[in-house]
Amino acid sequence: MSWFTESLSSSLGRKLIMSLTGIFLITFLVVHVAGNLQLLKLDGGESFNIYTKFMTTNPIIKTVSYLLYAGILAHVIYSIILTRVNRSARPVKYAYEKASTNSTWASRNMGLLGAVVLFFLVVHMRSFWFEMKFGDGVPMVEYDGEDYKNLYALVVTAFSQWWYVLIYLVSLAFLGFHLSHGFASAFQTLGLNHKKYTPFIEKLGLAFAIIVPILFATQPIAIFFWTQTGALDPSVYEEMIKTAQLAGQ
Amino acid sequence: MNLTLKIWRQKNADASGKMQTYNVTDISPEMSFLEMLDVLNEDLLKKGEDPIAFDHDCREGICGMCSLFINGKPHGPSQTTTCQLHMRSFKDGDTVYIEPWRAKAFPVVKDLTVDRSSFDRIIQAGGYISVNTGNAPDANEMPIPKDVVDEAMSSATCIGCGACVAACKNASAMLFVSAKVSQLAMLPQGKPEKQKRVEAMVAQMDEEGFGACTNTGACSAECPKDISLTNIARMNREYFGAKASSENV
Repeated sequence: MSWFTESLSSSLGRKLIMSLTGIFLITFLVVHVAGNLQLLKLDGGESFNIYTKFMTTNPIIKTVSYLLYAGILAHVIYSIILTRVNRSARPVKYAYEKASTNSTWASRNMGLLGAVVLFFLVVHMRSFWFEMKFGDGVPMVEYDGEDYKNLYALVVTAFSQWWYVLIYLVSLAFLGFHLSHGFASAFQTLGLNHKKYTPFIEKLGLAFAIIVPILFATQPIAIFFWTQTGALDPSVYEEMIKTAQLAGQ
Repeated sequence: MNLTLKIWRQKNADASGKMQTYNVTDISPEMSFLEMLDVLNEDLLKKGEDPIAFDHDCREGICGMCSLFINGKPHGPSQTTTCQLHMRSFKDGDTVYIEPWRAKAFPVVKDLTVDRSSFDRIIQAGGYISVNTGNAPDANEMPIPKDVVDEAMSSATCIGCGACVAACKNASAMLFVSAKVSQLAMLPQGKPEKQKRVEAMVAQMDEEGFGACTNTGACSAECPKDISLTNIARMNREYFGAKASSENV
């Protein structure tokens, strides 16, 4: 092994990878939540669909998205490696442990929290990313003479179902707890611990862990609410999807 | 006061142990926790039973020899060493769980005694300076800012008891190793070897089978000497810096 790979496979090297990929995923959350706030516009999905086309066709964004998939994979794989090492470091458990007095629940259960978030990611990617990329049920829509995939139709149809919204809300709560520890922890691992900045980073991390999941949650909640009050009619979009599926066959 | 004790009994390193229940009566609240165990051992000896093995030495809270995981916490309910824990911290009729430190790198020798020589091997890997310091230098010959000295000295208060490892859910030794790295890295005498030192000590720590840090903060919260998490951040900085720039390929 070279000095480089050897360093990265040490305990600190693995933590460094967790930290850097974690920070990268945090920045992704900001972009994702900001862009998707366009779902809150009641314009029949025009601005959201235009934004979606930009995000799926722009070469720079596409490159970053592949980096993002790699980042998620690395974060998951290294968490599994570290968890295995950490478990083996204590082969005999304590009969009685009072860990709640010395650390937060979230900090001790990052693996569990992360696993739920990962499960959610699979559901989420299957519903939208996979359909968008490989599905034949995405209807087309035309704005100013240009064709766009109508992802908005899929979103409205999905979020008109209460159980689907519930999955999102529960998963976002898990994401919030994951971030409540992960955000500040990533900086500590990088060695960035300073009287001047650490209290700020900790507060920012907590605020981030609360605000970002709430902003994400507004989207399924609002769409579900609108489909209930009649501001949005999901049957119109379901019809579009059915027509597209029939045409695709 | 009368207490019910649930104590880990294990004949030797290869035997499998189990929790065993003992009753102690007429314990004075002024006794230290170790004196209470002395009373129990006297009883056991009189009955012709094998006394309980536990580590202790100075009984003044400065040597780092005593251990014991008491009622779910290293060194028991107050943030001090077990020898400085007094029976007034318990109530008459309490049940007290007493277990050895649990870590792969701290194998049980007998009952509550564990082998902490993995810490010694980490120190042997680099926790020293290689030249004789000679006589005390003239005052102010080597100017060191007061706050740096204070910080180095507070890192140096680590007595190497292993409570950090015992408290950590990953049985990680990073608080101990980082304190030892820090106390030398901050002072002029330790600086020339700081890169080699941190690389060697972290490598030895990994080899001993300690887990990695998850930044739960349990170690620092339970440390009888209040060693701070800033040490871990400092070790990470030193380690990443050394790996990137040292001559050791």
